[in-house]
Amino acid sequence: MPKWFQSTTLLCGALFAISPFVIANAPYESTMGLVQKVFYYHMPSAWVFLTASVICGIASARFLATGNPRHDRTALAAAEMAVLFGLLTLVTGPLWARKAWGTWWIWDARITSSLVGWMIAWAYLILRKYGGPGSEKLSAGLALFGMANVPFIYVSVNYWRTIHPATTVVPKLPFSMGFPLLFCLTCFFLLMFLLMKLRVHVAEQQARLDAIYLSLDEQA
Amino acid sequence: MLRAILLIVRKDLTVEVRSRELAYTTLFFAVSCVLVFAFSLVQEGRAAEGVGAGVLWMAIMFAGNLALGRTFERERQSETLRALMLVPAPRPAVYLGKLTGIVLLLLLTEAVLVPLVALLFEAGLLSHPFWLTSVVVTGTLGFAAVGTLFAAMLVRARSRDVLLPVLLYPITVPVLIAGVRATVAIAQPEFEVEVVRFWLMLLVAFDVVFITLALWTFEPVMTD
Amino acid sequence: MTSVDFDEVSVEDLSRHFGRRRAVSRMTFRTARGTILGLLGPNGAGKSTLLAMLATLLRPSSGTIRYGTLGTTAGAALRARIGVLGHDLFLYPELTARENLAFFAGLYGIADTNAKARAALERAGLGGRGEDPVSGFSRGMRQRVALERALIHDPRLALLDEPFTGLDDASTGALVNRLKTLRDSGAIVILATHDLDLAEGLLDHALFLREGRIVESMTAPDSLRSTYRSVISR
Repeated sequence: MPKWFQSTTLLCGALFAISPFVIANAPYESTMGLVQKVFYYHMPSAWVFLTASVICGIASARFLATGNPRHDRTALAAAEMAVLFGLLTLVTGPLWARKAWGTWWIWDARITSSLVGWMIAWAYLILRKYGGPGSEKLSAGLALFGMANVPFIYVSVNYWRTIHPATTVVPKLPFSMGFPLLFCLTCFFLLMFLLMKLRVHVAEQQARLDAIYLSLDEQA
Repeated sequence: MLRAILLIVRKDLTVEVRSRELAYTTLFFAVSCVLVFAFSLVQEGRAAEGVGAGVLWMAIMFAGNLALGRTFERERQSETLRALMLVPAPRPAVYLGKLTGIVLLLLLTEAVLVPLVALLFEAGLLSHPFWLTSVVVTGTLGFAAVGTLFAAMLVRARSRDVLLPVLLYPITVPVLIAGVRATVAIAQPEFEVEVVRFWLMLLVAFDVVFITLALWTFEPVMTD
Repeated sequence: MTSVDFDEVSVEDLSRHFGRRRAVSRMTFRTARGTILGLLGPNGAGKSTLLAMLATLLRPSSGTIRYGTLGTTAGAALRARIGVLGHDLFLYPELTARENLAFFAGLYGIADTNAKARAALERAGLGGRGEDPVSGFSRGMRQRVALERALIHDPRLALLDEPFTGLDDASTGALVNRLKTLRDSGAIVILATHDLDLAEGLLDHALFLREGRIVESMTAPDSLRSTYRSVISR
């Protein structure tokens, strides 16, 4: 691991430790009260989820095109990030929604698309785990299809609800792109970066171990 | 290339006509699905509003999943899929050949399903046959395009039976939504052409994008 | 599609691993037209993996395979000159023998598929059984049809994985003759086999494989069994 990893991890930890205080000092949202603060974790999680999915898709495409295992390792790490932060998003979302809209779940375009996207990331990991040998390429294919699917999912889910008047109107999310939000965004993206670096490093070590086993076998 | 596709389709049809296994089992399964849905959803002798369209597409997706698994299981016996990958024809021809076979099988099943659902769920599905056919054909094509690639991909994987639906259903969500919404719009007493046309265009776009993608990725994904 | 041809197959430092398991380890050899090369070795020695790589079904982890001047990237044109008889016979059980042969003949670009199929059936000694579904055939008969299927496009390179498994004496004799005819017509034949007695009269060149490596190579081999025992149990 590079030298800066440890210090950066400590920094990230410190930032997260400070974040509740930053959030607490944020302007108190009148209609929603305390629960609105969940939003400061919810939105960065969502952004990280989205970014991780895109990284996974691009890395998978590069892996299919070049066959370089480095891209495969990146894709795997990104998929794990997507599942993790997607889960965070899908849990913090309803917590917020309950207070804001009075219901735990709502079939709006963005939320439903996220759910489907998250399931595709989940499917990627299941395929990697249970598909047996050669599943790296298969999951790369899946990721590629998943990425290509994003516009279709969004459009279809969007018009699924709104082509006839919807029974509930999803309100515009009221927030100001203020300091607390930027702070939390930094925390989350830093965390994602560190976790990915760590995961890719573990995968690289595994690959190196395999190579050592193979070369040992050769000397025998 | 075209010759290879035709040969494969003809071969699949011949095999199917001899054994009739796939056609009968898929058909029977699809009809069983519809009955299961009927018993679950029909209350006090009447089905809920608009449920017929959903039932139709659910039956198509479940039966399609089964048919895809069985088709490639057949190629796995005697490893004939490997033999197909060895021939000098361009590899995407194998994909297109199998795709055509699956689509034909599903269309046959749907020919039975549509009237059945229309009958059991009192859905006005048959009021605009041209639009309904277009929607069903493009939807089936989209579902089968993705399904054929995934099923071929999984032929040599472990746990392939359960992995196929796990991979297939999230990716074909747009097909399901578009298919159901369009079918509902067709079945409605006040027929809105723009709505149906919108969903139809979405399905066509989906088909174009994903068949192209499948043709690109078939060879890299199938070769070790 | 332009047609290609080659006079020899050469393999250089070829390796293939699956995760941590090395299936084929730095193999180097060469074989030319009009030769029957035998791959001999216990299970797990790497014979099937090597054949799969030669058939372009599997990509090597390292090393090269050359077909004359062509590499494995020659694609469809190269595949048209290779015939493979695998462990699993690559036959559709619901189709008749003739239909199986005609189907593959068509995929290999042959014009008159039925004539070619019938000729192949004659060569296999199954002229009368052409219209019967393959599922009703005995193992020996299926093997014969499978061999003709592998050779229906007159390939330059014939790869056979354990072709003698489960055959009775008559079928074995017929297969040996077929392979000799093939060799004499200028094909390059590479076959993997367990049957050492059979191999003795048939092979022009033998490679002994163990744990993915070539441990011994013999031209015009005789007394295979004793060599095998000494080499493999080293």
